Amino acid sequence: MEHDCDIAIVGGGLNGPTLALAAAQAGLRVIVLDAAPHNPRKNTKFDGRAYALALASKRLMAAVGVWEGIAEHAEPMLHIRVSDGRLGAGASPFFIDFDHAELEEGPMGYMVEDRHLRHALQAAMLATPSIEYRIATRVIAQSTSSKGMTLSLANDQKITARLLVGADGRQSGTAARAGITYTGWQYGQTALVCAVQHGRPHGGVAHQFFMPTGPLAVLPLSAKRSAVVWSEQTDSATLINALDDAAFLDVLRPRFGDFLGDITLVGGRFSYPLGMMIAKSYIAPNVALIGDAAHGVHPIAGQGLNAGLRDVAALIQVLSEAKQRGEDFASQPVLARYQQWRRFDATALAVATDGFNRLFSNDNPILRLGRNLGMGMVNALPGVRRGILREAAGLTGELPELMRG
Amino acid sequence: MQASQSTVDPAEIAKFQAMADEWWDPNGKFKPLHMLNPCRLDYITRQIAAEFDRDLANDLPFSGLQILDIGCGGGLLCEPMARLGATVIGVDAAGRNIPVAAAHAAQSGLDISYRHATAEALVDEGAEFDVVLNMEVVEHVEGPLEYLTACQRLLKTGGLMICSTINRNAKSYAMAIIGAEYVMRWLPKGTHEWGKFITPDELFDLIANAGLEPVDRKGFVFNPITWQWRLSDRDLSVNYVTASLKA
Repeated sequence: MEHDCDIAIVGGGLNGPTLALAAAQAGLRVIVLDAAPHNPRKNTKFDGRAYALALASKRLMAAVGVWEGIAEHAEPMLHIRVSDGRLGAGASPFFIDFDHAELEEGPMGYMVEDRHLRHALQAAMLATPSIEYRIATRVIAQSTSSKGMTLSLANDQKITARLLVGADGRQSGTAARAGITYTGWQYGQTALVCAVQHGRPHGGVAHQFFMPTGPLAVLPLSAKRSAVVWSEQTDSATLINALDDAAFLDVLRPRFGDFLGDITLVGGRFSYPLGMMIAKSYIAPNVALIGDAAHGVHPIAGQGLNAGLRDVAALIQVLSEAKQRGEDFASQPVLARYQQWRRFDATALAVATDGFNRLFSNDNPILRLGRNLGMGMVNALPGVRRGILREAAGLTGELPELMRG
Repeated sequence: MQASQSTVDPAEIAKFQAMADEWWDPNGKFKPLHMLNPCRLDYITRQIAAEFDRDLANDLPFSGLQILDIGCGGGLLCEPMARLGATVIGVDAAGRNIPVAAAHAAQSGLDISYRHATAEALVDEGAEFDVVLNMEVVEHVEGPLEYLTACQRLLKTGGLMICSTINRNAKSYAMAIIGAEYVMRWLPKGTHEWGKFITPDELFDLIANAGLEPVDRKGFVFNPITWQWRLSDRDLSVNYVTASLKA
């Protein structure tokens, strides 16, 4: 009857380790199974990947004890400026400017580099006795019974757990083995991700330009660097991707503009085909899905990781309340509470970002006029602006306790 | 687990397991109880933790406590109490529930003693408990004062009784009888007799007359939009719960 652990988490990315730390704080024993072969070391070079961590997500990181380790590398987002752009024509005079001073809680979010976040989470896991962290470990089968879950690993070992959490991203093996299918579609767009060094300071401003070919986000990193998330139609993205760095920059420059001075690449370049996927169920007997395994959204608003962290905070709250009541926390009625809480939110986010993208990603002059008028109006209405800002900071909806600060 | 279980015919055990599955199906016959359960457990666990100075964040916070659940049914309250570390006895006047609850406890790997007995019979045995759970029972008994007096005698000095029931007013008639029994068909018709429902003030008087000191009361309020129950300080108009101490 004694299980190897209370919760087995498949996936060693960002959501899985965060859940492991929160679960350990709630008195649960955790095994994290990471298919990746090695630990990134502390002084890994910046590889170009960074995240816009919303204020609510930053609070969760603080609650699980890793914010302290990343705070010195994090760059606060003090302004978010949204504008309509056209290739070579510069930014439209109509824009919306969101200033963190309108939000009493402080900056709406922080830019954090992947290497710092990943390292802080892994170091915290290794320092927690009730977390067993196994790298290079692949799950090949899972079965559920009235007693809980049994996982079969590629190395012929077995692990038993009361609850299995799939944090294994898109094409989640956990979901597939539980018989969970997805609904969704592809956008025909690909996100090109990189980071640039620039001549002038960014002043903590995050920019979102809506270009006819797809949105371009410029997000402030420390020391005159910014992260760029740039969406293009997949066929042109493929061509751009094939270019060398110098030619790549030549394509980026007219889109980026010269407001930050000249730009050079730092770290690598990445590309992700864009699509929206939502699991038809977030739960199965003794199984719960979090993050991209549950829902992959368009990264237009930088909300993918934030939505995943919200799953983490909601799931841990549901589980720990159940545990304190003496309920079987892996039972279906308990897991159904998590699903009820999160599934609506994620669907609403997916539909909103999708609609936003469809509205903005085109060069139709009528829609362009409408967009400009709309943005001018939003910018003139502090109440609306503040509402959007709170949404971006992740402070709306039913906020889990660990995100309340 | 009762020793007598081992002598039961396997076909009977299979039948009890099927009945246990029914008791424990969140969308089955006992759905209303499953919906109410988290809210009941919130009240019960917090009252016990406060009275016996336990921290619910700890593992097995109720270890060392003897808890009696009267009207245990399929064990929906006994199992959580056992999981929190208490030594639990569940009794039910309906004998058919006993093997059913025992079968489910075995499946859950929990050590709970279930018995076909009444509160009065336990008094005769001289049994005493730290906590008596008396949930949704008092509205079904013939003599509430005699019954509550038996509960009082089952408590150790300093013991805690949690007692929930249904208020008697036009709203509770509409909700508990017309709503739950006729419209939603959550409960079999005839489950409740409205005349036996007790107002919170009457219950406090009965509890005091039985020799206990009533210390707290809260409402269980159903939200038909979210389909969730919550605790309320003020709204005791239909379902409500009380805590009382044996001085």
